[in-house]
This record gives sequence, structure tokens and C-alpha cells, in this order.
Amino acid sequence: MYDAPSTTKEAVVTDVKIQANDVQVYYADNHAIKDVSVAIQDKTVTAFIGPSGCGKSTFLRCLNRMNDTIDICRVHGKIEIDGEDIYDKRVDPVQLRAKVGMVFQKPNPFPKSIYDNIAYGPRIHGMARNKAELDEIVERALRRGAIWDEVKDRLNAPGTGLSGGQQQRLCIARAVATEPEVLLMDEPCSALDPIATAQVEELIDELRQNYAVVIVTHSMQQAARVSQRTAFFHLGHLVEYDDTSKIFTNPEDSRTESYITGRIG
Amino acid sequence: MTDVSMESAAPRGTLTTVDARTKKRNAAEKRFRAYGLTAIVIGLFFLVVLAVSIIRSGLPAFTQTVVEVEFTLTQEQFDEAESQLLKTKAYENIFIAALQSQLEQRGLNVAFDAAAIERLLGKTGGTIREYFRANPDRIGTPVSFELAASSRVDGYFKGRVTRDSVVDSRFLMVTDLDLVDALYDAGIIKSAFNWNFITGADTGVDNPGGAGIGVAVIGSFFMMLVVLVLSLPIGVAASIYLEEFAPKNWFTDLIEVNISNLAAVPSIVFGILGLAVFIQFMHLPQSAPLVGGLVLTLMTLPTIIISTRASLKAVPPSIREAALGVGASKMQTVFHHVLPLAAPGILTGTIIGLAQALGETAPLLLIGMVGYIARAYPEGVVSGFIDPNSAMPAQIYTWAARADAGFYEKAWGGIIILLLFLLTMNLIAIILRRRFERRW
Ligand SMILES: Nc1ncnc2c1ncn2[C@@H]1O[C@H](COP(=O)(O)OP(=O)(O)OP(=O)(O)O)[C@@H](O)[C@H]1O
Ligand SMILES: [Mg+2]
Repeated sequence: MYDAPSTTKEAVVTDVKIQANDVQVYYADNHAIKDVSVAIQDKTVTAFIGPSGCGKSTFLRCLNRMNDTIDICRVHGKIEIDGEDIYDKRVDPVQLRAKVGMVFQKPNPFPKSIYDNIAYGPRIHGMARNKAELDEIVERALRRGAIWDEVKDRLNAPGTGLSGGQQQRLCIARAVATEPEVLLMDEPCSALDPIATAQVEELIDELRQNYAVVIVTHSMQQAARVSQRTAFFHLGHLVEYDDTSKIFTNPEDSRTESYITGRIG
Repeated sequence: MTDVSMESAAPRGTLTTVDARTKKRNAAEKRFRAYGLTAIVIGLFFLVVLAVSIIRSGLPAFTQTVVEVEFTLTQEQFDEAESQLLKTKAYENIFIAALQSQLEQRGLNVAFDAAAIERLLGKTGGTIREYFRANPDRIGTPVSFELAASSRVDGYFKGRVTRDSVVDSRFLMVTDLDLVDALYDAGIIKSAFNWNFITGADTGVDNPGGAGIGVAVIGSFFMMLVVLVLSLPIGVAASIYLEEFAPKNWFTDLIEVNISNLAAVPSIVFGILGLAVFIQFMHLPQSAPLVGGLVLTLMTLPTIIISTRASLKAVPPSIREAALGVGASKMQTVFHHVLPLAAPGILTGTIIGLAQALGETAPLLLIGMVGYIARAYPEGVVSGFIDPNSAMPAQIYTWAARADAGFYEKAWGGIIILLLFLLTMNLIAIILRRRFERRW
């Protein structure tokens, strides 16, 4: 068993940011998400854990309608952010994605300069009135991504020329540069070394002050360290969703217990 | 070639001795390298043979045998000649006298008559008269005339015509060659670079010496302009729509299959389509580069669409996700991220399409550009598009079909110009590609 998270990371009861009810996702005939209902709280880190192929990424991508880009993917059910149905016909997914940022499993910087990587989002959303403001946004984002010191002397170098871990932190910086309200992270640390992982985890903890953070991870330790709430997925079902401390010390479902003790998955 | 069989696990041995399996593998690799090298050598050999034969046959087109005679026309001679009934004949006599005196000056004594000069140089009187009427201020001063020798005399110097092969005719007599040799010894007849071939216009069937490809180059240029301006934006827009925006259903599948098939349609089909639609139905002018360009655009579009779609597909989906993830719209994603990455590939496809279009003759046959004798440059940009003109491959085809051996050499020379034009196009594309690729 894992250590119970320290008291400072105990979940505080906060507002619900995202409410999902009876969500079903199909890839053509493959029923990938079955009847998932979950309430994700604001200013909280929520971890999605579960064996490979259980639908964590799929569900995460429903939250910013990234699945719209997959032709064969159909989503049923209701997902509300701040009480608004994001699958409503009137919702523009582009506007939604500005509000719900995403960091992907594989680092995917644009093949442009480090500066342009960060500045792209703020630019298209008109967040800066002039170059000085944009510079400031870029610096702030890079600092929050814990990468500023490494790249401040070469902002014009290509972002693709960084190491894998640096690229991932660049992508996190890029995601926070647009000041989203929700940050979705799909295994953000799978390419990082322990030091960079620690930096990113620290960053996630910091982001919690302002955002609702949802993180998919295969590392039980990481889930235990950074999250206040944990959701365990299995074969497309949401098996258990509770305070992280509860899931890791006293899970209700036997499947959860076997997974976190390493017997399935 | 690759051995995946697992029949026998290699026995444990030292690393310093190569086991049988590794030996076999290395031998296979060596063999494959040898095949590859052989293929390249064969390819290079054919390329060299092609280049050498083109250059050997085409280079003579860039030189022209000329007769250079300097003489002064006095005002009295001019007035007298203008007052006569056969004016050009009078000028011809003046020219012949000048030539004779120059030969005498050099101590050469060859007898020749006006008919021989006509066989050698064509109607010289007309050229001289035109010159002095256009430049009256040159009367009374020494003027040096460079007159192009006839096709047979030119051929004599280039080895195409020999003393043994000459049969007396109204084009050339064996005795004329004595005169030619004498003129050569006197330094009056010589070989000069033929600028007229590059800048000049086509002549009729009887004057290969004066024929040039310049006007056809202009025709091809305007045609390529039409093709580029139409097929690049239409092709790229269609590909972006099909690749990035269109829903995948039976209708778009049908379009896709049709585009692939269009790329394989023989070009003459596009030619007859152009004839029916652009000329007979829309009443656009015949033989015009505009119509040629439209027909070639139809032909080029599938090539551009196919290569553009391939290069759009090659852009990693993670880049699209990244852009969408920070809240870019579909169009912003395509234009800010996908298109710049696909640009080098699009450029390559475009240049292949244009190169194909540039060398295409068959469709031009049907819209009247083959066989049209382009005798003059278009007067302006507009007339460059709509006035009848020829195009390089059409011009080459026309020349190759003419009887006079002089045109055969011009056809080869035309091919050199065509290849140079193509090379220039490719060079521009390479420079542009470098530009785009520098953006990582
Ligand atoms: N683009 C897609 N097209 C078709 N099926 C898909 C697609 N993406 C995922 N699936 C299917 O949906 C199911 C859930 O996949 P998902 O990627 O959500 O799993 P995951 O929990 O994120 O796994 P991992 O931990 O390995 O990333 C799988 O059965 C997978 O085959
Ligand atoms: Mg996943």
C-alpha cells in the first residue's frame, strides 16, 4: 500500500467544475466508454488510473471535444462545464478548447521557435496588445512550465530541438499560456526523468490554485502524490471514484484493490 | 532477401570469428549494394548517352554560317537604284560588285554570277534595300553586312552536305562550293553564334537558316503562367478541402477515385475536350496560349491534387492535435501549421505537373498550336495570352516534320532550349523549397 497523502493535500470540498452524466463513447462498433458519470471539482487535481486500453484517454478527450476530430467516434450523454453542456449544438469546440487546455502523452511542439510555440495560443486568442505584453506572457508561461532557465537564452531556437523532457515541459507551458480554466494532461510524465517529473508534479500542484487539473497516469505513486481525487477505470467502466487517500488505502471495489496492488493491468 | 527462418540457433562462438549466418547476411547485403550500384550506373549511362546525343545534334543549331561584306553605298547609287523598275535587283548588283572587289583585293579570282549568289545567300537585294531605307543616314558610310548563308551552304560547313552528296539543282551547284571555299579562304564566309535562333521567330518551310524559337518560348511562357496561376490555387484548395474538411463518405470516395483516374487519362483526351469546350463552345481564339494553358491546367490538376494530398497526409497528426489543443480553429490549424509543413511536397508536385505540361504536344495538336507558324512576337501582355502562338514542343514537332535537313538540326536545338527552360523552372523550385524548409 502507499502512504496516505499528507494532510495538506487532503481534498477540500469545492465547486464542481465538470459534471459528466451517463457518457457513452463508441469508436464505430467498439463501445469504449460505458455509462460514466463523474463530477470533477474545481481547484483540484483529479487522477485517472486504470489498465491500458480501459478508456482513460478517450474519456479525457471527451472533456475538450478532441474526439470530434476522429470521424468514427460518437459521444452520447451529457458533459457540463460550469453548468453548460459542452456538446450543445451552439457550443463552438474552438472556444471550448481555449478554456480547456490539453497536454498530450507524446510531446508535440510545433516545428517553430520556442517563443512561437508559446506565443501561438495567446496570439490567436488576442491576449496581448503588443510585443512587450506577449514577451511577458511567454516568459510567465515558460517559468510556470519550469523550463524558463533552460531556454531563456535561445527562445528563437526550434522547439523540436529540445530533449524529450524539455519538449514536454514546453508543451505544458504552451497549454498554460492561454490561461485555461481546466487543464487535461494525458500521461504528461511518461517521457520525463525523475527530476523533470518532480518539476512537473510541483507545477501541477501549483496549477491547482487556479485550475481544475485532470491527469492520466500509469504511475500509482504519481497519482498518490499529486492528486486529491482519483478515478479508476476498467474496461470502459468507471469502477471507483473517490478521494485519493481513500482509493489507495481503503478501496471499495475488489478490482481497484487488485489494480493498485499490481494484480491486474 | 531477408532471412527470418529460425531453423538453427547459431552455436555459441567467439565474437572475433564470423559465424555462417552472419556471413550469409553480410553477403546478401553486399549483393544488394552491388545491384543498387549497377542500377545507378545503368541509369547514369543512359543519361549520359541522352545528353551527349542531344548536345551533339543540337549544338549546330546555335551557330550559323554567315557572309560578312563591308561596303559603302553612295547617295547616287541609292537614288539610281530607287529609280529603277527592279529595285532589289539593282541592290543585288551593287552587293555583288562589292563582294567581287573584296575578293580581288585579297588577290583571289573566282568567277560567279548573280544566280550563284542567290543560291548561296538567298535574295540579298531586299535585305540591303530595307536596311538603307530604314537608316538613310548610313548612306555614304561603310556598312558591314552579315548575311545568313542558305541551308545547304550552312550544311556544307557543318558536315551535313559534302561535295560527293551534292546534286546540281536550283538550290546548290557543285561549282558553288568552289566559290564557298574561296570565300572561306578570304575570311568572308564564317561561322557565327546564332542569336536569331534563340530570339527569332519561325520562318516558312523554305528558310531553316532564319528560323528561331524565341516566339515559341514566349508562347510556352504564357501558357505556363496560365497553368501555374490556375492549377496551383485550385489544386491546393481542392486538396485541403478533401483532406482536412470533407466528411469521409461514398461521395468523397468517388471524387477521390475519379481524380486518381484523371491523372492517368491520355493527354490527347484533354486536347479534344479543350477543342470542344473552349474553342467550339466558348469561342475562345484558336492556337492561343490561353486555351493551351487551360487545357494543360486540366491535365496538371490531378497531379497537383494527388501530390498535395500526399504531403498533407504526411504531416503528423500530433501537430494538428497540438494546434487544436491550444484552441486554434480547423482553418488556423491548416494554414498556420499543416500547410507550411506540406509546402515543400506541394512544390515538388507542382513542378512535376508543370514540367509535364511544358513538354506536352498532343493536346496542343487539337487546339491548333502545332503547325501554327509563329512569325512575330505578341505585341503586349494581353495579346501574349490570346494571339495565336506556338509553344516549344509544338515548334520542335513542326520543325522535325519539315523536309529540309536544316530544320532537323533546329529541332534538336529546340530541345536544348526546352530543357534549359525546364532546368530554370526546377532551379526556381529548388530555391523556393530551401526557403520553406528552413522553417523546420
Ligand atoms: N482513434 C481510435 N480509433 C478507434 N478506436 C480507438 C481509438 N482510440 C482508442 N480506441 C479504442 O478505445 C479504447 C480505449 O482507448 P484509450 O486510448 O482511451 O485507452 P487508454 O486507457 O488511454 O490506454 P493507455 O493507457 O494505453 O493510453 C481501446 O479499446 C482502443 O482500441
Ligand atoms: Mg491513453
